[in-house]
Amino acid sequence: MAEAKFTIIDGGRVAEVGAREGVELARRAEAAGRPVAVDPDERVAYLGVSARERATALASLEAPDFTLPDLDGRLHSLSRHRGTKLLLVAYGSW
Amino acid sequence: MYEELRGYGFTVITVAIDRSVEDARPWIEAAKPTHPALIDTAHVLTDLYNIVNVPTILWIDERGRIVRPNDVAFGTDIFKHITGLEAARHLAALRAWVRGEATAMPEARARALQSLPTDGDQQARAELGLGEWLYTMGRTEAAARHFVRAGELAPHDFTIRRGTMPMRGIDPMGPKFREMLGAWVQAGNPYYRPLPE
Repeated sequence: MAEAKFTIIDGGRVAEVGAREGVELARRAEAAGRPVAVDPDERVAYLGVSARERATALASLEAPDFTLPDLDGRLHSLSRHRGTKLLLVAYGSW
Repeated sequence: MYEELRGYGFTVITVAIDRSVEDARPWIEAAKPTHPALIDTAHVLTDLYNIVNVPTILWIDERGRIVRPNDVAFGTDIFKHITGLEAARHLAALRAWVRGEATAMPEARARALQSLPTDGDQQARAELGLGEWLYTMGRTEAAARHFVRAGELAPHDFTIRRGTMPMRGIDPMGPKFREMLGAWVQAGNPYYRPLPE
């Protein structure tokens, strides 16, 4: 019988691996201090980013870069706006 | 405001923290913005900047440095009776900074006012990310379990507790939200956390 599949989501990338490898990848991420969320029934794990990594980046006061789409699917990066002052506004329809 | 200040080398970027492009579309189409109006369906921004509610604003200078960390401000006074926050105060401070009439706060002060994520916050964001993936795969029941778990890990994070309500079939403006907010406020917790200055 073929080994059951397992999904690993890591930094926006989604990979299908064998169940044993998936469990091992999740274990290793956890051992490295990363937050890991697992759903054993759905056979999927999400590997997050540690508080230490995020806190270090924020405390440096360098604005973390991101790339997100607009309504037309065009991608925009924060870093492209270097050289101008910027107001960043997060909101939600909820 | 953006139109008034853009001549000073100023940009606004808005990011809708929403379940889907379609949830964000009517708001963006009504506002007809001339600045980038982006959509974040995977809580990318909230994870990077430790954003726990909306609206959240930050000021970033020409060198790409955060000169005013996460703060609460509204563009208008429609919610003033609920929030007690006046739009004009933030607009005046922003205008003075953009025009170069006032400097932003010193770096040490900006750092002192930052709220940095804890292990619990990041574990909550992992549960949230797992839930969002399950939701996009149509496994809504499994997704809801992880959204609830995420909210338990970070009860102050309303991008999780309220923001995931539409993905759990709950009206985010309805009785379930008011009940959650009531319990939170009754326990002595603030829903909005504006900077003291």
